[in-house]
Amino acid sequence: MSSHTILPTKTYLVIFLLLMALLGFTVGVAFLDLGRFNLPAAMAIAVVKAVLIVMFFMHVKYASRLTWVFAAAGFFWLAIMLIFTMTDYVSRG
Amino acid sequence: MSDTATVHAHQFESLEQQKEADVLGMWTFLATEVLFFGGLIMCYTFARLHFPQAFEAASHRLYVGYGGPNTAILLCSSFTMALAVRAAQLGRQKALVRFLIATIVFGLGFLVVKGFEYHTDYVEELVPRFHFHWEGDQAGHAEIFFWLYFVLTGLHAVHVTIGVIILSVVAVLAARGKLSGEKHITAEITGLYWHFVDIVWVFLFPLLYLIGHR
Repeated sequence: MSSHTILPTKTYLVIFLLLMALLGFTVGVAFLDLGRFNLPAAMAIAVVKAVLIVMFFMHVKYASRLTWVFAAAGFFWLAIMLIFTMTDYVSRG
Repeated sequence: MSDTATVHAHQFESLEQQKEADVLGMWTFLATEVLFFGGLIMCYTFARLHFPQAFEAASHRLYVGYGGPNTAILLCSSFTMALAVRAAQLGRQKALVRFLIATIVFGLGFLVVKGFEYHTDYVEELVPRFHFHWEGDQAGHAEIFFWLYFVLTGLHAVHVTIGVIILSVVAVLAARGKLSGEKHITAEITGLYWHFVDIVWVFLFPLLYLIGHR
């Protein structure tokens, strides 16, 4: 395990500008009528923003495999809760 | 202080292992936070599935003019936090203190905007139970939306407040030179928490503010 990778300021600036652009994008998309795709579009943009923050601001991209597992665990269990609960409700007669 | 700062605690094999344990500890806490907010998001998903029209009408009563700029403020705070952690890694104490203060200012700015927004919500009679008035036949369903809105944003605001307090303590420690050398991990751990609070808002913003505009 080498010591922590120190990212250049430019990387953080690019990620920050991407996040701001995605914020503008998500507001813009909300005012379009995409029918049933408004929610998936908004959530997809939010997930991209979250991944950028986790990978670069929180350094997970440059972290050990063990840190990856710990970082993914919470989101994995959240997915189980959301997906299993909704498959139940949606499939009720 | 600088002597003890470079020696790892006796239960670890190396300083690197100790730092990784610190990071893993914070991620473990954040996993519990994901599920803490996740349970409420689950409630939201369930209620929205059942009352889609009421939720869109209720969301339309919130102002993107508050939520949008506040999202931008939190993203700015994450940027300055990332730069603070970088300064800590490089051992630049003055830059570390400056970026921490900038992050604190953005955090406080977020809370001030949120305070004005809550006041507007109160004036417009959108506070469930205490001060709620809804024209139309779906008042009860709209009230559920606003319960979720106040619980989710309120708990998030509590997290921001705790974050500001922690950042203030870290800034004082940094200003006293107590985060030099390998102690910079304190700034990194704090950064993980702050970025997580930002991520929570990244999801709350579209779910609460953006569903009633098309």
